[in-house]
Amino acid sequence: MAEVSLRKIVKAYEGDVQAVKGIDLEIADHEFCVLVGPSGCGKSTTLRMIAGLEEITSGEISIGGTVVNDIPPRDRDIAMVFQNYALYPHMSVYDNMAFGLLLRKFPKAEIDRRVKEAARILDITVLLDRKPKALSGGQRQRVAMGRAIVRDPKVFLFDEPLSNLDAKLRVQMRTEIKKVHQTVKTTTVYVTHDQVEAMTLADRVVVMNHGIIEQVGPPQELYHRPATRFVAGFIGSPAMNFIPARLENGAAALNLVLADGSVLPVPEDRTARYKPHAGRAVLLGLRPEHLTEPREGRGTYADIAIQPEVIEPMGMETLVHFHMGEARDLCARIDPTLSASPGAPLRLTADMAHMHLLDPESGRVV
Amino acid sequence: MAADGSLAGVALRRGAPNSLQRFARRRSSIALLMTTPLLVIIIGLVAYPAFYAIYLSMLNRRMTEFVGTLNYEILLESETFWMVAFQSCFFAITAVLLKALIGFWLAHMLHDIPDKGQRKWRGMLLVPWVIPPALSTLGWWWMFDPSYSSINWLLAVISVPEVPWLGHHWWARIAIIMVNVWIGAPFFMIMYLAALKSVPEQLYEAAAIDGATGFQRLRYVTLPMMANIISITVLFSLIVTFANYDIVRVLTNGGPRDLTHVFASYAFQVGILSGNIPRGAAVSLFMLPLLALCAFFVLRGVVRRNKEQM
Ligand SMILES: Nc1ncnc2c1ncn2[C@@H]1O[C@H](COP(=O)(O)OP(=O)(O)O)[C@@H](O)[C@H]1O
Ligand SMILES: [Mg+2]
Repeated sequence: MAEVSLRKIVKAYEGDVQAVKGIDLEIADHEFCVLVGPSGCGKSTTLRMIAGLEEITSGEISIGGTVVNDIPPRDRDIAMVFQNYALYPHMSVYDNMAFGLLLRKFPKAEIDRRVKEAARILDITVLLDRKPKALSGGQRQRVAMGRAIVRDPKVFLFDEPLSNLDAKLRVQMRTEIKKVHQTVKTTTVYVTHDQVEAMTLADRVVVMNHGIIEQVGPPQELYHRPATRFVAGFIGSPAMNFIPARLENGAAALNLVLADGSVLPVPEDRTARYKPHAGRAVLLGLRPEHLTEPREGRGTYADIAIQPEVIEPMGMETLVHFHMGEARDLCARIDPTLSASPGAPLRLTADMAHMHLLDPESGRVV
Repeated sequence: MAADGSLAGVALRRGAPNSLQRFARRRSSIALLMTTPLLVIIIGLVAYPAFYAIYLSMLNRRMTEFVGTLNYEILLESETFWMVAFQSCFFAITAVLLKALIGFWLAHMLHDIPDKGQRKWRGMLLVPWVIPPALSTLGWWWMFDPSYSSINWLLAVISVPEVPWLGHHWWARIAIIMVNVWIGAPFFMIMYLAALKSVPEQLYEAAAIDGATGFQRLRYVTLPMMANIISITVLFSLIVTFANYDIVRVLTNGGPRDLTHVFASYAFQVGILSGNIPRGAAVSLFMLPLLALCAFFVLRGVVRRNKEQM
């Protein structure tokens, strides 16, 4: 097991397309690190450079303290799980898992022990004699993981391993992967475009966009303290609402004035932080869970009147979609017992203690 | 769909049911009707000539009398026939092996060229295969000419003594194989290239991470994934090569001293040129059991692999 470090990694494809534009990342020993971002942002490219499947244009990657730039994949002591599993179709499940050990000249008894142990962990012992053709998607996924586990490598690499599974199986395998990591504790780099997967699996999440890292941090930190508009909008589902506003000096504290003239108070403990931006146009960021039916209690609340466009009852909550002037695709989460209907005016409360303030020019959270 | 079907059924039942209608309504009769054209073609172009050849091979030279297996017995006792059998097998096996190896090597070379450049190389390498063999063989015949032509001249440049290409029977056999390989290797190349392209790139990547060297990737991924194409191509080529006629006919015409004949050219020699059609038919029929056996084993392997994979 080992730490992985990326220093100023750049990947340029021919024709000057920069897929990865100089990223720095330190992944600790035993850590479960998830690279997440929209499709095409360079996650797979980054992972494949760690694996050695893709040449590094510039920068340095080291695994366990050794620079691996010029070391071929087979000598990097890593294991990878591919999105479409990449099982050898002509080999049985047992042989698929044993193949890497066989090539490394492990003794027969040791191979057998390791394959059986991995099969037990993944609950695929009864499948060992089958060919991949005779397996379901979830079973193939387990075999692909088994192939990685038996090797006992320094690092596990996963490239969207759950994307080919149906929704229910995906949740189940997600738990499974987490369980396996808690058992074997191998350093893991996991790529996904699904922020829920990232949040649930990761010790640390790396949010990527357009070939750069937007923010790195534990899931809770990304959720509560996003650094940029991209991260704020990407993490969390439904996504955070962004409402254009002006920050103005009020009598005691700061106020946000929306386009329709309504005034939302800014919590007092934020005054010092936001003071320099007073008088400017800003974006108010508010998650749907902080835009709810009117509430009682301590805190800074503000009332907003809206006209719901679409109502989505989810069972444990109801989603209300609406727009306010320029700001479209806004969403609130309300108590499912409340009656709301499209077009009928509705009063909501914004929990300003959880507000975010963004600079619309730089896209950074202030 | 179901409603339409039952409605049509009702309508049919209402009409006066005669026997022709009943016949047309049976699924098996429809199947028979629809396969009839194919059956006619197979019977007319395959079964009839085959059985006619068997019948012919049991007649005497003037085709007036039925002589049973006499033609076969005479052939089995003739030294020339055994030489032809040996030469056919030697020619077919050596040529197919060389074609397969060279085709495999060419396919790999092509596969490594990026797509843009690949088209032009693929086109050029296919040329020997698309020229009519009789013509290209004629070209080779000129090049093999002992005193005036290019191959021996080139050999002379690097101070290799003159080779009697078509004059000595072993050299003539080698020459025939060379020409056949030259014509046939592109076919293997194109088949193997298609097979190589169909192996998912990720299998190689998985193998590279699993620790396979280039050779091990070939041995454990490429070859097993191509096994079906390889065996079908080899079988197909074996049949065509075994029955090859034009190269021998143009290049050596069986000479020197009938030592380069293969089954097809010898059958032509005996049956048409020497006028013993029944014996010629018997010669060509000797190919059948050999090839049938070969096809059986190859296709059995293909079916087995198909069941297990994909
Ligand atoms: N072989 C390639 N040649 C050129 N561009 C590529 C190649 N592979 C990927 N790219 C580009 O690099 C960018 C990042 O790709 P990738 O890392 O696969 O994204 P993802 O985050 O979806 O995994 C994309 O814009 C893609 O078009
Ligand atoms: Mg990807």
